[in-house]
Amino acid sequence: MKLDSKIPSGPMAEKWSRHKQDSKLINPKNKRKYSIIVVGSGLAGAAAAASLSELGYKVKCFCFQDSPRRAHSIAAQGGINAAKNYQNDGDSVHRLFYDTVKGGDFRAREANVHRLAEVSVNIIDQCVAQGVPFAREYGGGLANRSFGGAQVSRTFYARGQTGQQLLLGAYSALSKEIARGGVEMHTRTEMLDLVVADGETKGIITRNLVTGKVEAHAADTVLLCTGGYGNVFFLSTNAMGCNVTATWRAHRRGATFANPCYTQIHPTCIPVSGDYQSKLTLMSESLRNDGRVWVPKKAEDCGKPASQIPEADRDYFLERKYPSFGNLAPRDISSRAAKEACDDGRGVGPGGRGVYLDFSEAINEFGENVIKERYGNLFDMYERITGESAYKQPMRIYPAVHYTMGGLWVDYNLMSNLSGLHVLGEANFSDHGANRLGASALMQGLADGYFVIPTTVANYLVTQKPGAVTTAHPAFKEALEAANGRINQLLNVKGKRTVDSFHRELGLLVWDKCGMGRNRAGLEEALRRIPEIRAEFWENVLVPGSGSVANPELEKAGRVADFMEFAELLCRDALDREESCGGHFREEHQFPDGEAKRDDENFCYVSAYEYSGDLSKPILHKEPLTFEEVHLTLRSYK
Amino acid sequence: MALLNLHLKVWRQTGTQPGHFQDIEAPEIPDHASFLEMMDIVNERLIRAGQDPVAFDHDCREGICGMCSMTINGMAHGPERGTTTCQLHMRKFRTGDTIWVEPFRARAFPVVKDLMVDRSAFDRIMKAGGYVSVRTGAAPEANEIPVGKEIADAAMDAAACIGCGACVASCKNASAMLYVSAKAGQLNTLPQGHAEKDRRTLAMVRQMDAEGFGNCTNQYECEAACPKEISVRWIAKLNRDYAVASVKELVGAGRQQSQAGE
Amino acid sequence: MSSLQDSLSRFYASSIGKKLLVALSGLALIGFVLGHMIGNLLIFAGPDAINEYGHMLHTMGHGGLIWVARLGLLAAVVVHIVATIHLTRQNKAARKDAYGKEATRVASSASRIMIFSGLTILAFVIYHLLHFTVRVGNEYNNPALYTAMLDGQPVHNVYKMVIDGFSWAPASVFYIIAVALLCNHLSHGFASLFQTLGLATNKTWPLFQKAGHAFALLILIGNCSIPIAIWLFGYGR
Ligand SMILES: Cc1cc2nc3c(=O)[nH]c(=O)nc-3n(C[C@H](O)[C@H](O)[C@H](O)COP(=O)(O)OP(=O)(O)OC[C@H]3O[C@@H](n4cnc5c(N)ncnc54)[C@H](O)[C@@H]3O)c2cc1C
Ligand code: HEM
Ligand code: SF4
Ligand code: FES
Repeated sequence: MKLDSKIPSGPMAEKWSRHKQDSKLINPKNKRKYSIIVVGSGLAGAAAAASLSELGYKVKCFCFQDSPRRAHSIAAQGGINAAKNYQNDGDSVHRLFYDTVKGGDFRAREANVHRLAEVSVNIIDQCVAQGVPFAREYGGGLANRSFGGAQVSRTFYARGQTGQQLLLGAYSALSKEIARGGVEMHTRTEMLDLVVADGETKGIITRNLVTGKVEAHAADTVLLCTGGYGNVFFLSTNAMGCNVTATWRAHRRGATFANPCYTQIHPTCIPVSGDYQSKLTLMSESLRNDGRVWVPKKAEDCGKPASQIPEADRDYFLERKYPSFGNLAPRDISSRAAKEACDDGRGVGPGGRGVYLDFSEAINEFGENVIKERYGNLFDMYERITGESAYKQPMRIYPAVHYTMGGLWVDYNLMSNLSGLHVLGEANFSDHGANRLGASALMQGLADGYFVIPTTVANYLVTQKPGAVTTAHPAFKEALEAANGRINQLLNVKGKRTVDSFHRELGLLVWDKCGMGRNRAGLEEALRRIPEIRAEFWENVLVPGSGSVANPELEKAGRVADFMEFAELLCRDALDREESCGGHFREEHQFPDGEAKRDDENFCYVSAYEYSGDLSKPILHKEPLTFEEVHLTLRSYK
Repeated sequence: MALLNLHLKVWRQTGTQPGHFQDIEAPEIPDHASFLEMMDIVNERLIRAGQDPVAFDHDCREGICGMCSMTINGMAHGPERGTTTCQLHMRKFRTGDTIWVEPFRARAFPVVKDLMVDRSAFDRIMKAGGYVSVRTGAAPEANEIPVGKEIADAAMDAAACIGCGACVASCKNASAMLYVSAKAGQLNTLPQGHAEKDRRTLAMVRQMDAEGFGNCTNQYECEAACPKEISVRWIAKLNRDYAVASVKELVGAGRQQSQAGE
Repeated sequence: MSSLQDSLSRFYASSIGKKLLVALSGLALIGFVLGHMIGNLLIFAGPDAINEYGHMLHTMGHGGLIWVARLGLLAAVVVHIVATIHLTRQNKAARKDAYGKEATRVASSASRIMIFSGLTILAFVIYHLLHFTVRVGNEYNNPALYTAMLDGQPVHNVYKMVIDGFSWAPASVFYIIAVALLCNHLSHGFASLFQTLGLATNKTWPLFQKAGHAFALLILIGNCSIPIAIWLFGYGR
């Protein structure tokens, strides 16, 4: 299989405009004849569904929540980047492009990233026009703040709810199109499988989560906008429903999965407090603008209250190690530094898995009111969860899984190697390389949905006769039977262990062996254990109830079953990539000071895995990465 | 960390069949757990005992998606102010407590199963007019229309609504006015939403009525239950906007031009 | 024309439309309640004052204005009652199944019994009209008994009618109960109408609330002072 990225020719800064020029057009009358399935209603999905419907395509949109507004994008707190340079601090499309490529540790495709930086400015225009209430200055202009991994202020935000406000904007556009009849919305509907008919992606199989009905939907192309797979770790900052099912099923139908081992650990999350814990909560990275991260210098101080540890005995380790970025060092770097401190026995809080994020200096300097205005809602959230007030004592934070850079492989048109399957947002692998900078995921989801796919989808559609394949095609029958079969299989195991207990076991293992630090021995052990857990799952899982009513346990079971398969690919990729880059840290590959050691000579490529029919033997394809604009350098934030 | 022994009275219902309360004992619940984690523990035990677990809606568990929806001891989202069910923690309860757990009850929110309800009425209200009609790509430069900080902040206050429906659940009349007023209010406040203000207001209120929600009697239970503490003054604004829009519609203002030829 | 009718009926059909009518009619009734009380308090200024007032009301605009006022009031009452009954029925229907455990956090008890306070007031108003306006079941219409001389002219002796009326304990008791309920009705209704009319803001709301409580109290004290003075303290007897 040849992975053709279809990068347009020409200078970097002109590729996207040239590609737009060269992209195919479909006349308005014919657009109406084409139907498009959009799975997911997050930023990527809602933006795509609304924009494609505006163009005249017939769109069917699906989400598993009870309303499109609840997609996981809603939870993003911090902000969205755009190269507007409103602050006059030297920002530009090129700088955003450069920062993103560097932030991704030179494992992203330059052309995609450049396009992302270019359309970032349009995104802000679009959202403002929709009524997104971004923070403003007194003069009425938009306000910005700085975010981890950047030295300019280019992040737009809406209190601590940027994701919710952007999603509500996209949801309102979607609502407008639903009202107009351009989009048919299916809520509480989960995609169980992808349908590929005669080599072209032509539909999906879904389950109605209220009635249990399993159905087939056909269209001329399918867009997966189903988000990331962070929940393979069980504990993550992702919403409970986030899953790999849609992309994994597509993978099993022939789509290659790229860079699964690139997972991002967010440094500022509330530490785990007990084994009943169901998820981890992120504290926005923006807190690092005013909070200082430290642990005691001496392990024996860890049990003491923070206030009793004198200044001289505190180790502000980020400031010490990365003087120029200090507490604003990128996520992967900050997370690893926190882990090292805890591994060193200097972690604080229950279990010693936590570091302090201290606001006392900022409170002294600006006053409690200013801090309250900036972060009041986050401090409240912290207090609700931990019962402690961060005004009085430092917050305790610890890294947690947050984002997944890997995803289905796509070309410049956002089409997978599987013809007719497009993948948008966190579900694809395209723009963030091995590490994502803060405030860039929202940007990417909206870029893909509002500005990229409306142009590029036509390149595929013109090759298709509209409505050529219907659900009468045998491929649909086969997929329907397979989906029903799996449901029955899950219900009929009637074992002894709950779905959650398996998910927890798998998640702990993957976190332990393939989390912040990875090594060969651990990964090999994980690769041994995962098939065992999976085998036990299919023999001993207990899924109560039936498939013909609302049954949340059955939904979970299906998702966990797919995580069980996916986890193996994740660890295999991590084992295969014998270097450290971005979110992927192989302990064998580090400099003496503990910094990640990239191997550009041997690993400057995208790993894209093809399903071979045997879960333990995926076929690796490599898409070489070439850098024209940016010079490969050591990624230093010192 | 303390452990709590609790008695639960949980509403059980399948679809449109009549429901009932089930008494469930919940011993040894860690007080650091969230309310939903308590329900997870209860469900694990029910499953292992061969019983049907309690179905409930949830997703983000961070208080932002608006999916979780339980009426706890008669209060939508439970006793803590400005807090969703998922963010309510068990340290707010005492060992020995009896806790009533019910769905968000309203005719417009039919029960799907147990504690899950169908809130699609909210989506239909949004569909009726909860948007600015701007096409992708047709937006002017973002800083072209200045929006004063006060206006932007006010719009943000309204925009904080997470669409959970606690306002409806807590209202004595199951009225959706707080939700609708927040949604319409955000857009009616901003210059971007001005052109469609009247049409939006009329359409959203009419859809709200068609869904079978009750009427506001200015008792403000909604505000007290709202996890985002949306102010009932948005309802006053909606009333005003509706009055103005109705009068304009009544006298046909804005239509003279198009009808001049008749 | 039919489009105007259309718009009107859509306005009434809507929740906020009905609410606005309740608020406007409530405002009219508040105006009446205040005026009516001030007039009645003239009883403490002696027979001539209140008799003259009564006479004035009946002869304004050649006796026509009182009918305009009565019809206006009747319209307000009808609108208020029809709309509130509609609203209340819709509200009951909107929560089909009651909660097993009910809780109330902030709603005042006055706000929760508006329909009962309102209907009791209505019952009282009917009785009150029959008692003092239509004057059935009593002798108040008998010119031989209830005529007073004002500036040498015979007029209806309102003063004596009121004194006699409230000397009968049940009438006074019913009156006091009704006024207390009216006070209760207004302790919620007065401020509430500003919210409904969209005039309440975060700054003005506390003022409206205070004004509402003060007004309700004023109505209570003002109105009850009459039967109490007559029935308990023998004023004018
Ligand atoms: C706590 C938190 C904070 C964050 N903060 C920021 C931030 O400040 N800035 C930033 O840029 N990024 C942030 N991110 C990352 C960012 O929010 C996400 O990467 C991004 O929103 C993903 O958008 P999406 O549209 O790709 O997917 P999602 O928003 O996850 O949407 C997925 C959609 O797919 C649907 N779906 C999934 N599976 C199925 C299925 N099997 N069948 C049917 N439907 C399905 C879901 O219903 C949903 O509608 C944050 C992430 C988290 C977890
Ligand atoms: C002199 C008599 C009355 C006065 C001064 C009066 C005044 C008011 C006022 C000011 C309101 C508040 C309106 C608002 O919230 O916007 C109100 C509400 C109400 N009134 Fe009256 N009212 C009177 C008689 C009645 C009667 C006879 C009824 C009987 C049906 C009644 C039933 C109600 C009800 C149920 C409400 C609440 C309506 C709602 O909030 O939806 N009232 N009244
Ligand atoms: S107004 Fe408050 S209670 Fe009502 S839906 Fe919005 S957030 Fe929930
Ligand atoms: S689960 Fe998202 S708000 Fe509670």
